[in-house]
Amino acid sequence: MASSNDSIKKTIIVALSLCLVCSIFVAAAAVGLKPIQNTNKDLDRKRNILSAASMLEAGKSVDEIFESVETRIVNLQTNKFATQEELQSAGINVATFDQQAAAKDPSLSVSLKGNDPAGIKRRSNFSAVYLVKTGDKIDRIILPVHGYGLWSTMYGFMALKNDFNTVIGFGFYDQAETPGLGGEVDNPNWKALWKGKKVYDDQGEAVIQLAKGGVDSSDPKAMYKVDGLSGATLTSRGVTHLVQYWLGDEGFGPFLSQLRSEGVQ
Amino acid sequence: MSDVKKVLFGPILANNPIALQILGICSALAVTSSLSVSLVMAIALTLVTAFSGFFIAIIRNHIPNSIRIIVQMIIIASLVIVVDQVLKAFAYEISKQLSVFVGLIITNCIVMGRAEAFAMKNGPVMSFVDGIGNGLGYSAMLIIVAFFRELLGAGKLFGVEILATVQNGGWYQPNGLMLLPPSAFFVIGLVIWALRSYKKEQVEEPEFKIAANSRSQEAL
Repeated sequence: MASSNDSIKKTIIVALSLCLVCSIFVAAAAVGLKPIQNTNKDLDRKRNILSAASMLEAGKSVDEIFESVETRIVNLQTNKFATQEELQSAGINVATFDQQAAAKDPSLSVSLKGNDPAGIKRRSNFSAVYLVKTGDKIDRIILPVHGYGLWSTMYGFMALKNDFNTVIGFGFYDQAETPGLGGEVDNPNWKALWKGKKVYDDQGEAVIQLAKGGVDSSDPKAMYKVDGLSGATLTSRGVTHLVQYWLGDEGFGPFLSQLRSEGVQ
Repeated sequence: MSDVKKVLFGPILANNPIALQILGICSALAVTSSLSVSLVMAIALTLVTAFSGFFIAIIRNHIPNSIRIIVQMIIIASLVIVVDQVLKAFAYEISKQLSVFVGLIITNCIVMGRAEAFAMKNGPVMSFVDGIGNGLGYSAMLIIVAFFRELLGAGKLFGVEILATVQNGGWYQPNGLMLLPPSAFFVIGLVIWALRSYKKEQVEEPEFKIAANSRSQEAL
């Protein structure tokens, strides 16, 4: 038995048949579970959008609430909603648009070399935004933001009121900062601090930032400041940079100011 | 029957893979910052060890000696991929937290160790039981470590607040170090110390003697 096991023929037969059996096994699991996994991912994204806009309600499913949310694509070069032609020529389907993949595609993104405060290297030319409307009027808008913290790129959503200035909610759905320090960006108490803060000052600059050591309520600029995370200076700095970048002139800033003056076309 | 019992429960105290054999430390450091994640990791590893032992034992008489490690790896890796896919489908939140560590079960020394040391020589059922036993030993250790790390580091157990932390207006100042991987070393070290004080036969022979402090001539 032992000697025949070690023959070249037996070795090759065992190796091949084992690989075949294992690959069928693995492929079956991957293909069979794919639909459930995709629903999970989708649900997770939707839940985070709704949670940023503080629209989650107990007893109602995420999908049910999400029906009232409209997904639109913004062209960050023209600072308008992308037209049908633009979407077609870029090959974008609104329902399946993947901004992370688009940011890697040279034809759909710009390099930020030299001017990259958020540490994201490339920025997609198109970005999804999520609108909640009452009638024809935008009620709230949810913007995807991301940027580098201390260890990881943090992905989050920022929800603004229809003055496109007041924060409704802010939170990250994907980050790998130090648990207990930078990871406190996920702390509900800290996230609650964002509510009601203003993004833009009188000059229209995105000045919202995290304040080291906490916000002094007598500070005239307190409404532009959120408490920094104690023990997480670099994560806090990353959050400030990414929020200012995405809401500033390079990000959604011009688009939002247009919405403010003209309304939705 | 007593054989089965010994194989199943022996690895928990008498022959714990982490405490005695010092295997699988890497994942014990990485995933033990919260109890729920550790629990899922423990279940995943237990299943992989048990089933890999089972399948390897079934074909143990046909595995050519020259490629036996590769054969074991393929079986283990396939099982790990399946576990990872199942977690992504049915426990998405936890799979996000575990991220790469599920994949790293492949390199966990406990799984390989049991495949090579036990499943190659024993029948499928016993190998399965042995896998469960070693998985339980790993789980026990992981849960002990995670209990202390989550309680002292975040004031919580299973995400439920036990000690009211200062951040939430309570009295407990969480110890941030407990949430960082090195703290698992301290906890594991203390557990090994406790275990070996209780079971003296686990104490290893010192490999060398520490010389008495030598004093410098000038001081005399």
